[in-house]
Amino acid sequence: MISTADLLQRLRPLHVCVGKTGHISGHGRSLTKLGVEDLRGKRFLEEFEVLRPSAIGSMADLADCQERVIRLRLRRVPDIVLRGLVINDQADGIILDLSFGIAVVDAVRAFDLTAQDFSPSDLAVELLFLQEAKSTAMAASFNLNARLDDARLAAETRALTDGLTGLHNRRAVDGVMHRLEQSQTVYSVLHLDLDLFKDVNDTFGHAAGDTVLKHVAAILRRNTRKDDLLVRIGGDEFLIICPGLVDRTRLATLSETVIRDISAPFEFDGHRIAISASIGIGLSLDVPHLGPERVSDNADIALYAAKRSGRGQHVFWTKELGLTLADMPLSQARRS
Amino acid sequence: MHGLIFRTVETFISDSFGHDTWSKALVMGDVPVTSFEAMLTYDAALLDRVLSGCATILNRPREHVLEDIGTYLVTHQTHAAIRRLMRFGGQDFVELLHSLDELPGRTRLAVPGLLLPGIAVTEHRPHHFSIRCDGGPLGFGHVLVGLLRAMADDYGTLAMVDHIGAKDGSEILQVTVIDAEFADDRGFSLAPQNAATAS
Repeated sequence: MISTADLLQRLRPLHVCVGKTGHISGHGRSLTKLGVEDLRGKRFLEEFEVLRPSAIGSMADLADCQERVIRLRLRRVPDIVLRGLVINDQADGIILDLSFGIAVVDAVRAFDLTAQDFSPSDLAVELLFLQEAKSTAMAASFNLNARLDDARLAAETRALTDGLTGLHNRRAVDGVMHRLEQSQTVYSVLHLDLDLFKDVNDTFGHAAGDTVLKHVAAILRRNTRKDDLLVRIGGDEFLIICPGLVDRTRLATLSETVIRDISAPFEFDGHRIAISASIGIGLSLDVPHLGPERVSDNADIALYAAKRSGRGQHVFWTKELGLTLADMPLSQARRS
Repeated sequence: MHGLIFRTVETFISDSFGHDTWSKALVMGDVPVTSFEAMLTYDAALLDRVLSGCATILNRPREHVLEDIGTYLVTHQTHAAIRRLMRFGGQDFVELLHSLDELPGRTRLAVPGLLLPGIAVTEHRPHHFSIRCDGGPLGFGHVLVGLLRAMADDYGTLAMVDHIGAKDGSEILQVTVIDAEFADDRGFSLAPQNAATAS
């Protein structure tokens, strides 16, 4: 019959036997892999610190824990917390059957343990396999998610961008309006429409028209701030949304500069192209609490008034212009 | 069918013969996909077309392509994780063979939804094994041949691994271990040397 000590050694490579004086009388072979020399003859509580239950200060305390699972660590290896079942050895000492529990992944890494350091019936190696397999599969999953997310972002950006000018498109306006509605900041909306653009298309062809639109986009970019939103809402119409900017003098200067730059003739394919622009301006301050749709509609009405009062003008919305195009006083409308 | 299977074929062809060859294989096989994702599911019927496209473009029998895929899985740096996961199966090549019964289960544990054929290993007499693979995907036996040859090499074991035929949807492999210490073992530690990555 195999001796008890041999049996323990074969079956439980991580056990510790403690005699009644509190000295270690024997231990499993794998314990020496944890960076400690032969522990035999040393005092158990000097080598190990019992974390739970707390207040284990003597051999008697330890013996009281029999049949219970305690948590402990080697004082020399404080990073790895072990679990141990306390067994009464029937000779006033105890046998501690230790295991790494979930710390096995760290322990294997820290001490270069091999499959031989675990009991063959121990699931430690399976746990390590699973941990590694899961990390590998998870990495593949993350990889896919990252690529899908990139593709989604790219598609979203494309969906909100005007392909010709690189400005935002009409679809982006909803999101912008929504953000403005949420924010507490004041803002202005400039509605810009090119004058004589149809003539360019009709006379010089669509390639010339496209060049003009890109030229206008460049002028808008050059004259606006980083936080201003530039939108081509279709055809030859643009929106400039300026968060925080409601100063009439500055807005007038901005409008005049943009109109002046657009009105400067430029060469295309040997032809001299001359266009201009009209701008209607709505301020959030004019219609507090009515929301960005209202401000945008006001800019539209002001643009209409600007067109009526001659090309190359900018007009601020005022109450007199009314809330719909139909409200516009005849005197205003007739002035065109 | 799990995207990992398709993705493996794709990375094998791209890594070994270039992306161009992969594109051509898809055209030859009339496959309506340009690239497979490892973590998506595809129509199982596509596998046959992918493999036939690969066999045509490489001008070699499909069985050889499958064997090469098995070897590639274990030897190529892209799939270093697979070699490690296989090494968890046993401390030597014979132990690995005995653990093959568990391979489908282990695979399922790692990647739920990745279904491999049932594998039954019999040791007729010492060092002489037969391995039966039951159920699809048919042709897996050839992948296993390439994979086991590479693993024998990894353990430093001289072994003969052959596919001896298919019958009623089952494939039979024969393995003879000639010398367990023929060459140096490439080595394996339970702790990964660096974080394992997947393609």
